[in-house]
Amino acid sequence: MSEPLKRTPLYDLHRELGARLVPFAGYEMPVQYPTGILAEHAQTRNAAGLFDVSHMGQVRLTAKAGHNAAKALETLVPGDIAGLQAGQQRYTQFTNERGGMLDDLMVTSTGDHLLLVLNAACKDSDLAHIRKHLAASCEIEPMFSRGLLALQGPQATRVLARLAPNVATMKFMTGAFFRIEGADCYVTRSGYTGGDGYEISTPSNAAEPIARRLLAEPEVKPIGLGARDSLRLEAGLCLYGHDIDTTTTPVEAGLLWSIGKERRLEGGFAGADVIQQQIKDGAPRKRVGLLPEGKAIAREGAEIVVAGKQVGKVTSGGFAPTLNRAIAMGYVDRAHSANGTKVELMVRGKPVPGEIVPMPFVKHAYYRG
Amino acid sequence: MADVKYSNEHEWIRVEGDVGTVGITNYAQEQLGDVVFVDVPQKGRKIAKGESVAVVESVKAASDIYSPVSGEVTEANGELANAPGDVNSEPMGKGWFFKVRLANKAELDGLMDEKAYDAFVKSLS
Repeated sequence: MSEPLKRTPLYDLHRELGARLVPFAGYEMPVQYPTGILAEHAQTRNAAGLFDVSHMGQVRLTAKAGHNAAKALETLVPGDIAGLQAGQQRYTQFTNERGGMLDDLMVTSTGDHLLLVLNAACKDSDLAHIRKHLAASCEIEPMFSRGLLALQGPQATRVLARLAPNVATMKFMTGAFFRIEGADCYVTRSGYTGGDGYEISTPSNAAEPIARRLLAEPEVKPIGLGARDSLRLEAGLCLYGHDIDTTTTPVEAGLLWSIGKERRLEGGFAGADVIQQQIKDGAPRKRVGLLPEGKAIAREGAEIVVAGKQVGKVTSGGFAPTLNRAIAMGYVDRAHSANGTKVELMVRGKPVPGEIVPMPFVKHAYYRG
Repeated sequence: MADVKYSNEHEWIRVEGDVGTVGITNYAQEQLGDVVFVDVPQKGRKIAKGESVAVVESVKAASDIYSPVSGEVTEANGELANAPGDVNSEPMGKGWFFKVRLANKAELDGLMDEKAYDAFVKSLS
């Protein structure tokens, strides 16, 4: 028998708002609210949307005496963690011995410790992985009951500044402690929509009052996982378990930007030999953006064909509401990965012409100061 | 008066004379969510009862639409290409998919009337 579904601190609020709840990564999560995914997508692109991402795993690492938590974490991820100043955030991945990815994650340094945000579906295995390798050097504190709210969109800063004025001057990929509605929160200027916005880590019992307070602002509406997926796809961002997994390397996935120069040279993380080899010689395949012609949607699993031969597979595909057209991403053999390459995407057995294009599909709107 | 029948795949068919207009029910559109594209069958196509004849793409997923009857397609709703949202806003009106000349009106007897369909939908929740 499967385990009962878990609920986030906002479960009752989702019900009250009329959300359609679905099982996701072991949680009962809102896929959409009554207005629907298209309206929620537009709301987030044009004003501000509030997402419950409390199902994601928050973990705090603190160095034990005589150890360095950032250096310890660097044995598991290729990102430059030791170089993080207090209040800086980085995107990185847990790698395996083959250079594949166990998960992708956000790491923020508070100066005293590191805060990790892990994918919901991976958080238990990530935690076991962290404990196995870092128990000697770090205090490892899972904070899985905390709330995590993402406030995203061009109006997010104006809205959140009403509750915490200093968030307005934060830059993309930075974090700081704030008192919001009387609760101690950690706010980062980040998100996964490609737009400006914040993620707010709250004590469990403060998640709902803060969510209600934000939803009372005229610019804000609740947004479900459906629009979260279409927003991140437009932004060209990877969804773990679909666009990246244990068999894809950060080089193949086009995530080389997230690996610091020194770390590329020095290695010292799982799978470094494979990743360094791919940096030197090129990866055998590459993650690319795809634009299918017409209205048909090439979804996950659709074959990518060049001159009658399969050269890859779609890993995410859907309708891009901002562009009013279908978009997709997938992996193709390196020889066919150049922008402008004409391909065919097999949709329900029929070839749909398409083209390899650069990502993102919708320009990022991060606030860099 | 037009006679509307329903299939357990959540299609409706409104029959006038020997031509039926086919679409999906309100329950179906609610389950699918926002519709962004409908691939409707071409005029003249011969279709069989239970055959996959159309595809509805919602933001979330692609769904096959099965013909509730056999016959020949006499008209497809071309307006859906520009206004796929009609399927959500008026599933039994402007959101119709295609018209079919019935090959065998007796097939209608195997479909549900409104009362039976409403009870069927209730049994699903």
